[in-house]
Amino acid sequence: MGNTSSDLSKKYKKVSPVREVMSLLVRNKAAMAGLIFLILLVGVSLSADLLFDYESQVVEQNISERLQWPSAEHLFGTDEYGRDLLARVVHGSRLSLSVSFVSVLASLIIGGILGAVSGYYGGLLDEIIMRITDIFLAIPMTLLAMVIVAALGASTTNLIISLSLSAVPTFARIVRSSVLTVREVEYIEAAGAIGAKDGTIIFSHILPNCIGPIIVQTTLRVAAMISNTAGLSFLGLGVQAPAPEWGALLSAGRNYIRDYSYLTFIPGLAIMLTILALNLLGDGLRDALDPRLK
Amino acid sequence: MIKFIIRRLLSLIPVILGVTFFVFMVMQLAPGDAAKLLLGEGATQEQVEELREEMGLNDPVIVQYVRYMVNFCKGDLGTSYATKRPVADEVFSRFPYTFNLSIVAGIVSILLAIPLGILAAVKQNTFFDNISMVISLVGVSMPIFWLALLLVLAFSLNLGWFPVQGADGWKSYVLPAISLGFMNMASIARTTRSSMLETVRQDYIRTARAKGVPKRDAIVKHAFENALIPTITVCGIQLGQLLGGSVLTETVFAWPGIGRLMVQSISSRDVPMVLGCMVVMTVCFSVVNLLVDLLYAFVDPRIKAMYS
Repeated sequence: MGNTSSDLSKKYKKVSPVREVMSLLVRNKAAMAGLIFLILLVGVSLSADLLFDYESQVVEQNISERLQWPSAEHLFGTDEYGRDLLARVVHGSRLSLSVSFVSVLASLIIGGILGAVSGYYGGLLDEIIMRITDIFLAIPMTLLAMVIVAALGASTTNLIISLSLSAVPTFARIVRSSVLTVREVEYIEAAGAIGAKDGTIIFSHILPNCIGPIIVQTTLRVAAMISNTAGLSFLGLGVQAPAPEWGALLSAGRNYIRDYSYLTFIPGLAIMLTILALNLLGDGLRDALDPRLK
Repeated sequence: MIKFIIRRLLSLIPVILGVTFFVFMVMQLAPGDAAKLLLGEGATQEQVEELREEMGLNDPVIVQYVRYMVNFCKGDLGTSYATKRPVADEVFSRFPYTFNLSIVAGIVSILLAIPLGILAAVKQNTFFDNISMVISLVGVSMPIFWLALLLVLAFSLNLGWFPVQGADGWKSYVLPAISLGFMNMASIARTTRSSMLETVRQDYIRTARAKGVPKRDAIVKHAFENALIPTITVCGIQLGQLLGGSVLTETVFAWPGIGRLMVQSISSRDVPMVLGCMVVMTVCFSVVNLLVDLLYAFVDPRIKAMYS
């Protein structure tokens, strides 16, 4: 028996779905460009402390060097307090990325569990969860986040809380509809028949089989989250000074836009490129994961 | 059809109740005593207590909510802590500015996006298609407030064509409407293109062409009408984005609309004003969603048949 099955596995080599998707993704130049940009960005933000010292280069003011246009010494110029803008943008990437990733992760976990439970059990529970998400979806996401910040006060932690909460209903919806597509399939019934617990069925049988759209949406949501993080900080409702969040940098640079436009241009460009990279990757993943296009 | 409209209108009620309830509860968490804020620094403890009693702030929160909703139905949204004037007056005097700006941005973006999407799909993989899709991709990725600032820099400060801020005459609409509408245009164009690409490959389009329907008619009459549903969905979602985006655009352009009022009220901890702005915006958003749903039934006979 052992021999035959190993013969068979030699003959029909199993290609892992991850590898299959990756091979499709590698052929998509735009998505790869996005992925490479993101890897570089994450690398830079992880090594931010090695590149620039936070206290002496990012926060400490140096009035004698204020408002210098980009030069060899300061590649991105300096801000109104004489701080190097490159150092601030690099350290800012850490804030913008971590706030967005943590918010998306939190809303994915909470929304995912709600959606999976709602889709799997159906009935009254499903009805209740879905009516509640309806209510939250009736509030534009930015406004929802703003109201929560307004109530809790502006800080980085509250920003993460409000951004996460504002995206929970969307994830609940996405996961629920994904779960519904595989709930009635035979292997789920089989798992139930051999006595698998509900939790096992949901987490080891259902979710792995509907992970595609969830991954795609998560990537695109991180992009939206970066925009929202920057937007709320721009309004003064997010990360507070002197922390160099990108939206906050833009908001500070805005006062000097007439004569020192690089202060507005560079942080905005950083935000845009990051969102663009995430969108390219998200689109590429969608094409690679969509069985209709294979 | 009338039945459908009535049913959808009725379904709006629990949503509005839920939204107002949630926002009301969240705003209860906001620090600060309403009575103290209204009376100012010099008030004595007795005065504060008296006003608390008068305003019903000592009642259970749920009673306060019911009272708020009853007053809301009468058009009373409470008194602002900052200006001491009725919230409703302020919100409704600002509302037309936000409404007009959103409408202009929405209409312009839809009028530009749909032809762009159709042309890109019909001329798939040509130079035009690539260019318009690159523009859309950039548009989707550009933060609204950054685009707004760049527009101000280029067209107001450098060229002096349009005012930097304020709402005075048609010229002042141009830049805010572009920055607000650009992202919408981009996503609507992308969706129109992909749904057109799907429909133009359908058999009935080939049949129509084989019967001798001119290409233009086949595209405009047969393909476009069928590709319209995803486009409408995106337009609906985007209109919601307009309301969220208006907060940022209005801040950049010092536009006297609800979005800016809300940001200012959050900074000055003016709870009734924030609540009023939120409630009015979410009600608008729900009504827009309702209109989008009605539009579905209007363009898609299959959906219409479900409700007749």
